[in-house]
Amino acid sequence: MVLNNIEKLLKKYENGETSLKEEQVLKNYFSSDTVAPHLESYKPMFEYFLVSQQEQFTKDVPLKTKRLFNYKWISVAAVVVLMLAVYFKKPVVNSYEEYAYGTYNEPEEALNEVSRSLAMISQNFNKGASTVGYLNEVNKGTSTIGYLSEIDKTTSIIFKK
Amino acid sequence: MTQTEFLNIVMPFKDKVFRLAKRLLVSTEEAEDATQEVLLKLWNNKKKIQEYNNVEAFSMTMTKNFCFDKLKSKQSQNLKIVHSNYEDKQTSLQKQVELNDSVDWVSKIIEDLPEQQKLIIQLRDIEEYEYDEIAKMLDMKNTAVRVNLSRARKTIREKLTSTHSYGIK
Repeated sequence: MVLNNIEKLLKKYENGETSLKEEQVLKNYFSSDTVAPHLESYKPMFEYFLVSQQEQFTKDVPLKTKRLFNYKWISVAAVVVLMLAVYFKKPVVNSYEEYAYGTYNEPEEALNEVSRSLAMISQNFNKGASTVGYLNEVNKGTSTIGYLSEIDKTTSIIFKK
Repeated sequence: MTQTEFLNIVMPFKDKVFRLAKRLLVSTEEAEDATQEVLLKLWNNKKKIQEYNNVEAFSMTMTKNFCFDKLKSKQSQNLKIVHSNYEDKQTSLQKQVELNDSVDWVSKIIEDLPEQQKLIIQLRDIEEYEYDEIAKMLDMKNTAVRVNLSRARKTIREKLTSTHSYGIK
């Protein structure tokens, strides 16, 4: 009677028409020890299904709370720095007058100052130019190297003989 | 969403994700990596979790797609995932081996099935989902699921009976 029922269920099972409950009946039947000999070949299948259900995932998952860095704040900081910089910036000249006409009130005074600084520049320039005179010594040196060709001549005579 | 809340949602089906991944990828290591990847993806999109009406089904679909991607990339690399689950079976007595042997046969038979059928067998016979749920997960029609399942079950049974009666008939 039970066997008849199981065979019927198996037929339905193979056609994919069994409900989960009926499949559970089959699984229970085949995991018991009283399986009919001619149905023995089904046993490993249902056993396998039961065994496979036991397998577990044991590795843990590193769940990191993602610290999303907000780039919005960088731009806010940059704007603040810029504003502060503009606010605290020291002006190079105090007024337009100073920028256009300089700090001298008397033209003569300004002329004296200019000629004094120009004189200093020319003095230093002359000092630099005088040292260039040493280049003549270098020319003298290179001309003496010309004697090396004499050595070439003598060596060529030696190797000929 | 805090970590514990997330874990409460994920814990009940993480093993199912793992088993599904293992069914498709065969190797335990690969399956573990895949599961980790899927769970991390869920975690990173945890804000959207409330919008999914069935997180479990969604994860299973995700796993399926992820594993298919993995298999595809492996195929294009001309590499095959080699089944290498080295295990130290301490109770490897003769009897246990024999019993394991026939059960192992089933896993080998299932491994040879087409991917679609593998998936369906896994979801129905091992994880015991309803047909409608499976249809939703795999984006198939209910009848197509049944047809595939029936084919898979018949193939398994035929191969099992032929190995079972090997040398007898």
